[in-house]
This record gives sequence, structure tokens and C-alpha cells, in this order.
Amino acid sequence: MVAKFDSNDDSVVVIIGSGAGGGTLGNELAQKGVKVVILEAGARTEYTDFINDEWSSFTQLAWTDMRTTSGSWRVHKDFGNLPAWIVKSVGGSTVHWAGASLRFQEHEFKTATTYGHLKGANLLDWPVTLAEMEPYYARAEDKMGVTRTNNLPGLPGNNNFKVLKAGADKLGYKECHTGRMAINSVERDDRNSCHQTGFCFQGCKWGAKWSTLYVEIPKGEKTGNLEVRPDSHVAQIEHDASGKVTGVVYFDKAGKMQRQKARIVAVAGNSIESPRLLLNSASAKFPDGLANSSGQVGRNYMRHMTGSVYAVFDKPVHMYRGTTMAGIVRDEAKHDPKRGFVGGYEMETLSLGLPFMAAFLNPGAWGREFTTALDGYSNMAGMWLVGEDMPQETNRISLSDAKDKWGLPVANVHFDDHPNDVAMRNHGYAQGKALYEAVGATRVFPTPPYPSTHNLGTNRMSEKPRDGVVNKNGQTHDIANLFISDGSQFTTGGAENPTLTIVSLAIRQAEFIANQMKANVI
Amino acid sequence: MSHHHGHESAKVSRRVFLQRSALGAAAIAITPAGALLNSSEAWALDVKGLKPETMKTLILVARDIFPHDKVPDRFYAVAMKSYDEAAAKDPAAKASTEAFVAALDGAAGAGGYAGKAWEAERVAILRTHEADPMFGAIRGGLVVSLYNNPDVWPIFGYEGESYSKGGYLERGFNDLDWL
Repeated sequence: MVAKFDSNDDSVVVIIGSGAGGGTLGNELAQKGVKVVILEAGARTEYTDFINDEWSSFTQLAWTDMRTTSGSWRVHKDFGNLPAWIVKSVGGSTVHWAGASLRFQEHEFKTATTYGHLKGANLLDWPVTLAEMEPYYARAEDKMGVTRTNNLPGLPGNNNFKVLKAGADKLGYKECHTGRMAINSVERDDRNSCHQTGFCFQGCKWGAKWSTLYVEIPKGEKTGNLEVRPDSHVAQIEHDASGKVTGVVYFDKAGKMQRQKARIVAVAGNSIESPRLLLNSASAKFPDGLANSSGQVGRNYMRHMTGSVYAVFDKPVHMYRGTTMAGIVRDEAKHDPKRGFVGGYEMETLSLGLPFMAAFLNPGAWGREFTTALDGYSNMAGMWLVGEDMPQETNRISLSDAKDKWGLPVANVHFDDHPNDVAMRNHGYAQGKALYEAVGATRVFPTPPYPSTHNLGTNRMSEKPRDGVVNKNGQTHDIANLFISDGSQFTTGGAENPTLTIVSLAIRQAEFIANQMKANVI
Repeated sequence: MSHHHGHESAKVSRRVFLQRSALGAAAIAITPAGALLNSSEAWALDVKGLKPETMKTLILVARDIFPHDKVPDRFYAVAMKSYDEAAAKDPAAKASTEAFVAALDGAAGAGGYAGKAWEAERVAILRTHEADPMFGAIRGGLVVSLYNNPDVWPIFGYEGESYSKGGYLERGFNDLDWL
């Protein structure tokens, strides 16, 4: 019997968002006997209804609510109202993610100590260490069925991986394999194994890829302690005279305003909506927005140093056959300032279908130089560079002049590359080019960053309240019963895809919240 | 679109025949009835809102923006159909589309844009109009209307939907054999 809680029940934990952070936190708390309401802005589309078609799937799943952009980043010029490609649906971005599940490296939790001072970079050590995270990383890997952990075999290498591996070998790279992926390489946890279908970004129709939609949420619902309300767009978080949060105001499917009371509120709307919500919840007591005594809410927005490298060969590759992210080279992820930048980057295979390749290979380009690239589509291999970008205070989410359909300011995303980001990206382009040319590429295309799929840092963790928004448990410094549970907690971005760290933090946060509730502290 | 084989070809005039053979890939003729006809590809297109010459030029502009020698004209025609449909419904849309093509024809001089035999000459004209919002709209629209056509995908070797066929596990996901 699935739970249904009354809107006046102020004993529940309200979680905003059902993705890697919110969905995991909801299930973990439900398993511990805590009553939870997850409010998800998007609809509930089950995995059997996903669509193997790039644009149709985008219409079905993508967050396309209004946002504005500013800054010198190319995304502002080419996709001015689409700063991010994330999901508005139950499951959040765990619906469309590639599945890459990598732990942060030890030094990536202490970048201020390791990298030193960089002009313009707001570097800060996390208030947690790798050693403290390790037990939670292990639990997350088991929960998600990450390949190459828990005796799970790696996925088989597809054509795109074969090209990557051959090139990596030629360059002398030592750590190249088919990745640590949260995709069943064998049937596990009552879910299918991978059928190499090639539409990971459109949601896995086999359920082989881990997603909160069809793993965490049904498990949580089975306990009778978890209620998920889709089509519920939270507009504001409310608080009492003492500053304690008391509940949230949201708009339901019919557009009617609803109020859900709460003992605790956890915000997990991804790194653009989460700070926007705190800022839009400003009040007489908190004129700069909730939990913003540091002024850091919305700041330090990171999207990883990204870029892609596609290459054309004189023989077929058919890179789109199989998992969208099918392999990795980890040699450049280390910190080696001799290369001309701090931090490192991963090289991960990537494929797009023809429709998205036409849209993203070189936005705005036209003519034969562009079309001859697409002519080589079936002979193309590709990789995505994911690297640590520098937190900058001026890269931030702020409230736009534009308003949503309920009259609330939408988010503006401002971003400029840091010189370290540019140096790292250029190095990655050069290495990707060298890798593909080493195995016979006739043309190579360095591709600019897409609308951001990794969005981080805008409610960051800090030891001291003046440096960030939350403490090492994701609890806001200012308000004891207000938590942040998504990637906006990240103090720095590391070189690794963020989902495993978000899930691990949520497992850990659930323990903290449950203990605090049991001890009646919160 | 309809297929008019023997019936239409009997009506094709000598002028139309010469136009067709002079332009190679852009082998579209305008029938006396004002429709577009591509005999070699065997399709015809009724033009409802725009002048037939305008629609013909638009199809050529589409190809010049995203030239693929292996992609038949009909894909560019399908991609630009919405401009004729909009012109048929909305006088303002008709006026702005006609004005854009008239500007290209003006820049080309005698014979108009479609009269320029070399792609390089036509592309040079397009470049001088890159800042025109209509150019941007056409280019941006083509990214979807040309490339998101499932019938065009096999020309590029993209196989499309996969789940109903069991994914690629048994259909060559790792069949690369030249490395």
C-alpha cells in the first residue's frame, strides 16, 4: 500500500526533487522508518515509455522551463535559454545519465591545500575526506551495481571503445577500460543486463542502467514510508519566526497552489533550481534568501571542463551501436601541473545520433566544411572530456528579470571559463586528436561544450559558515532543519562524473538525518 | 507530395527542360501549372503560399546551407515545406520569405540566385546575408527538419530506433575489424 501523507502532517521529511540525491535520500530514509514526501516538478514516465529517438525523447524528458544565461561561455551564444541538459521527470537526471560511476581522488577533496592559490579561483577544501567517504562510496557502488566493483564484470567494448583503446595503446596510456558503469553487465537486482542499445541518454528501456526512477523509488514506496508526488513544482520554502523551516509551497498539476508542512526540508532540484529556490524564498528575516548568510548561495557554479573530440576514419565505426559511454582513459585525471594547469580530466567515449550530431558538433556552422564532417558519420568515433573546472564566485545562479508562469523570477546562469579551464580543455583536445590520429583518423573535430549535463557547486559545503552554504552533512549552516542533497553541495567538482558522489553523500546524509530525528535534535 | 510521371512530363515545356538540365543536382522544374517537378527523382510539389520560383530557390538555399551530394532534393524540399505552408496561412510570413529570396536574387543579379551555376557563387551570396534573421531561422530550422528525418538517416549510416530490435548486442555493436 503506497503511502499518502496529509499536507498538514508536519512530521514528514519533504524532499524537493527525485534524482540521484533526492531519490536516494528518500529511499534511504524510508528504509529507516522515516516518513518522506518527494515533490518532483516533472511527470512520472516509466522506463517502458522511454523513446529511442533523440528529439522526441528530449521533448518527453528534458527540463525546458525558462532560464536565462550570461557570460562569455559559448552556451550563452548558441543556446541562450538552455544552459543545461537535465531531466524534468521522476528520476531526475538519473533517467538520462550515461552511468559513469567514479570515485573522487583523495586530493580532489582538498584542492585549496593541493593546488594552492589560483587567481580568480575560489578554491576550498571539502569538509569531508576521501577516507570518510569510502564506506559510502562502497555502499553506493553496491546499490547501483557498478561494474568492476563487487565482482561485477566490466561491460564488453563496443566499436567506439575499440577505437579508443587502440589509440590509447599507441599513446602509451595505461588505464583504459570499459569503465566503472552503473549498468548491469549481468542480470542483477531483478533488472535486465545491458543490450548495447545505444540510447542511454534517452532513458534505458531495459532498466539495465541504474536510475532512482525504477530502483530507489519503488523500493522506498514498498516500505509504506515514501510518497512521490509528480507534477509538483515547489515555488518557495517557508519558515517560522525563529527561522526554522515549516514546509513548502508548490504548484500541482492543475496549477493550483498547495502547501505541504514538514519537519525537515531537503532540497535536491539540481544546481540551478536549488539555489533559485533558496533565493526565491527570501523573506523579511532572510532578505538575501534562505541559508545565505555567506552570500555563496548560487555562487561557484561549475559545469566541469568539458568538450568533445570526434574523428572520422576511412573505414566504418558505427559508434552509435552500444552504450553511449563505452570506455574511459584515466591517465590524464591526475594532478600534474607540468602540463600547464591544475587538476585533471577523464577521457570518456561518447556517441550522438545523427540528429544531435547535426545540432551539437559545431552549433551555428553551415556549408561544406560542416556537411563533409557529417558525411563521415558512420566512420566517426568520439570522446567526451570531463575535467575539473575552477570554482569562481562570479560564475553563479542569480534571479533573472524574466519570470515563470507563476510570476517567480527564473534562474540566470552566468559563466566564464577560467584560464585553467581553457588550458585544460586545449590539452584535452590535443590529446584526443593525437589519440585518434595515432590510429588513422583523417579528420578530427574539437567540439565545444554542450548545454551542461554536470551542474555543481551552487550551495557548497564548507567547514566555516562564511565560506559556503552547508556543512559536511549537507545541513545548511543557517537553518538546522534545511538540507541540500544534490550536486549543488559540491565544494569542488573533481575530474569525475558526479553521480556516484551525490548518491554516496545522500546515503550518508540519510544516516545523519535519521539519527538527528531519533535524538530529537531536529 | 504526389508522383506525376507520364501525365506531367507531356506538359513539360522546352524552357522547363533547359532549366532542369542546366542546374545539375538542383534539377527542379516549374510546371506550367505552377508546381515544382523533379523528374529524375520522380516527385512533384504543389506550391500554395509562395511563388513557385521562390519555393524552388528556397530548396536550393537549403541545399547550399547544408550541402550533401548524396542526399536527394526531396529531403531539402520536405525540410522547407513549412515555409510554403506558413506563407499560405499568414501574409506576414509570406512577405518576409518572399523578401528574403528577393534580396538573394537582387544580390545575384541577372538570372537570380538559382541562376548562379556554381555553388561557391551562391554560398558567397549567402555569407553576405548571414546576419539576416531569416537566414538564421532557415539554418536553425534545417538542423531538425533535414537531419531529423528518419528516411534520410540510412544515407548517413545511422540506424535509428534500436530497442524493438533487441539493441545491438546481436547486431554488430563490436563488429569493427580493422584495428
